Amino acid sequence: MKITLNGESFELAGPLTVSALLAQLSIDARRVAVEHNLAVLKRATFDSIEVRDGDEIEVVNFVGGG
Amino acid sequence: MDQLVIAGKTFSSRLIVGTGKYSSPAVMVRAHEASGADMVTVAVRRVNLSDRSKESLLDFIDTGKYFLLPNTAGCYTADEAVRTARLGREAGLSNWIKLEVIGDERTLFPDNTALIEATRTLVAEGFIVLPYTTDDPVVCRKLEDAGASAVMPLGAPIGSGLGIQNVNNLRIIREFSRVPMIVDAGVGTASDAALAMELGADAVLMNTAIAGAEDPVAMAEAMKLAVRAGRLAYLSGRIPRKMYATASSPVEGLVGR
Repeated sequence: MKITLNGESFELAGPLTVSALLAQLSIDARRVAVEHNLAVLKRATFDSIEVRDGDEIEVVNFVGGG
Repeated sequence: MDQLVIAGKTFSSRLIVGTGKYSSPAVMVRAHEASGADMVTVAVRRVNLSDRSKESLLDFIDTGKYFLLPNTAGCYTADEAVRTARLGREAGLSNWIKLEVIGDERTLFPDNTALIEATRTLVAEGFIVLPYTTDDPVVCRKLEDAGASAVMPLGAPIGSGLGIQNVNNLRIIREFSRVPMIVDAGVGTASDAALAMELGADAVLMNTAIAGAEDPVAMAEAMKLAVRAGRLAYLSGRIPRKMYATASSPVEGLVGR
């Protein structure tokens, strides 16, 4: 199964929740925001929203800036 | 007590600092401490998926002590800025946003038309919008009418260190605005920050002036003092400017006259 993750092609074994995807990437869910097919997700929905073939996912966090 | 109030929230410091361009997180932490700031800006960027060992900015910022203000730096359209703001809200702890919609890559001057549009959109979604803009009083009024909680006119281009380029415009903006005016961008050294406050700015926002200084921690302290000095001078009612001299010592009673 293939998705676009942060602008790059990414292979996944099969559909999974956003929480599971973040865990697989070793990303702390409390430190990021996630966009799923251009929709910004509320953190409370990470456990229920499923990532499927062809989805576009953006995972962002805070970095230094002015 | 003379405190900064934006959208009903009180801040003890009138100096807002950025988190970018520091030589190390340790220097950033010490500089923030020296600055006395209680609000810091952060950018919103993709997580580095290939290098998971890298520490996150939030590992170094005590969010109990500092209020985080996400920005939409690097956004060139209203859509990009709105999208980034929404992500910033979900990643962070508040609905506050420093709104930037850039119009030109070299000067990083804002696209004010898109900025006003994005302000309107985000205000309608419940954001507290602090827009980075030019020193144009008409644009600042439009931003205020669009619901901005403060206006943030630049002193000079971001990172330029040129200081306040249009003193009179900032004074006019302060006079016309019913929301706080925060001078954001272009400050180079302490006197620039003091001047901004003397003009009546409610606060000053800077990043490069501190992070890029040879001694950022010392410069952060200098800026803290400058903002306080400028504010106190503003509140003290300065003397008018005169073309010629008015003696400070009495003219009568001089021996030999």
